[in-house]
Amino acid sequence: MADFNTMELMICTAARELEDGACVGVGTGAPCAAAMLAQKTKSPNLTIIFEAGGVAPLVPEMPISVGDSRTTWKACMASGMPDVMETGCRGMLDYTFLGGAEIDMYGNLNSTRIGSDHQKPKVRFPGSGGANDFASFAWRMMVMTPQDSKRFVERCTYVTTPGWINGGDSRAKCGLAVGAGPYKIITNMAVMDFEPDSKRMRIVALNHGFGLKDVEENCGFELIKAAKIIENPPPTEQELAILREEVDPYRYVIGR
Amino acid sequence: MDVIEKGVGRIFTDPDADKAREFFRHKSRALVSKLTTVKEAVKELIKDGDYISVGGFGANRVPISVLHEILRQKKKDLGLAGHTATHDFQILSAGKVFNRCDIAYIIGLEARGLSPNARAYMQSGDVEVTEWTNYTMSARYKAAAAGVSFHPIRNMMGTDTFKYSAAAISECPFTGQKYTLVPALYSDVAVIHAHEADIYGNCRVRGILMSDWDIARSSKKVIITCERLIPNDEIRRDPTMTFIPYYCVDAVCEVPYGSYPGNMYQEYFSDEDHLREWLKVEKDPEAFKKFLDKNIYGVQDHFEYIERNGGIRKMQMLRQKEWLFRGARQ
Repeated sequence: MADFNTMELMICTAARELEDGACVGVGTGAPCAAAMLAQKTKSPNLTIIFEAGGVAPLVPEMPISVGDSRTTWKACMASGMPDVMETGCRGMLDYTFLGGAEIDMYGNLNSTRIGSDHQKPKVRFPGSGGANDFASFAWRMMVMTPQDSKRFVERCTYVTTPGWINGGDSRAKCGLAVGAGPYKIITNMAVMDFEPDSKRMRIVALNHGFGLKDVEENCGFELIKAAKIIENPPPTEQELAILREEVDPYRYVIGR
Repeated sequence: MDVIEKGVGRIFTDPDADKAREFFRHKSRALVSKLTTVKEAVKELIKDGDYISVGGFGANRVPISVLHEILRQKKKDLGLAGHTATHDFQILSAGKVFNRCDIAYIIGLEARGLSPNARAYMQSGDVEVTEWTNYTMSARYKAAAAGVSFHPIRNMMGTDTFKYSAAAISECPFTGQKYTLVPALYSDVAVIHAHEADIYGNCRVRGILMSDWDIARSSKKVIITCERLIPNDEIRRDPTMTFIPYYCVDAVCEVPYGSYPGNMYQEYFSDEDHLREWLKVEKDPEAFKKFLDKNIYGVQDHFEYIERNGGIRKMQMLRQKEWLFRGARQ
């Protein structure tokens, strides 16, 4: 088996989820690397969209901002934020990747604050940005994050971005688009999806070298277990070569 | 229309479309020169207490010269649209010039990390906040640009982002589906950096527009800085290129490299060394004060700022970097 770090593993796992012909809205960092890797391997016709307006670029190197010139390099269109978000709301955005300081058992995310006084928070984070928008509009929302019990909490102290809200059909009842929601959570240890009825997070695959106990010890709530938990296939030599040589040669993301 | 639920946040600007119409009724449509300096434009058009919107995307096509001038003129009690705000937010936080903020994205500089000073400012309790998202802020500008008082959107429901916003949830009269309604955002002043403009304020931009189409149309006053002035004949030769018409604009300032240290599409890339230095120096209050004196308070204008940070040589390197020319990498 090839030698790789956890960031490379998460990116390669995420890239495999993006099928050819799909449309993905990405931010900077690991999500962008996953989309670029997918485009350069099994999904050459993957449409990459950036929230500030970059539509279908041939991203030449890691963008630093979702609005910098790399996001429109050889693009099909330089558009704007309203157009990109409206495209999502119309139902043409298949995937997005998001993250946060907290994620709960229903895939809700906190990227706003820690502490109860909203006007004077203990710790302030950037806020939603486009996360609440993308999570509401994309058919399938995914998260790449380290497995850590401080991050995987039973209930987010503040919900910036909707997951399955309170589970069951609560998300659709709120008025959010029917059929869209959290899809896969990819960590350094495992891959989770959501049990179809309760919409609770469910472990479906383990990365090589990790057991169920490792994941449970690093998760702040009880995970549902799939009937069959498989071993997540490790990155191939080819995936790693493309990731290292073409996607992120300066190791901005995979060197973290 | 029945309101099912409402956020607890405050609306910092009046969404009333008739009041806005009354303002725009008296706004000049005259095709006259609006050419001025950044110093004059900030002095004349931005008043203490005004609500301002900054065009571009944080550190991409941002009107840096105007933001620095706002600090030099010690403007205070401003309202701010924290819409995709990154380095612009960092600058305005350094001067503590605002005391209320509509938040979509603040404090962070995306992949570069978080600004310690901006974060401390937002944790101090000195800034009143209302939460939104990037798209909902775009929709608020869209409503205002369309001359209506709200825009329906299909997100924010079920989250604390809604709870701490000033939005409302209601039902569609045609389908019965729930929608979030966001109030129109008419800013007092918008500040936008464009690639090209004529002296009347007709503007051209290349690359992505972010929300600037709607920001320019919905703001009561608009200050334009541009990389270069072009003749009105050139505007009229190809009107398809115009994205802001002259009657929206109140001031035009020619500021080459006006987005530095930010990125300007097909002109120059961002100065990552300088932005890294900003983030680093903020951790030490003494060093940060010196840094601000060197780069903002102690300089006359944007040219002097650029000269203190590598001058034309640096600009050439950033131009080459923008086009990914071999050997231009830092």
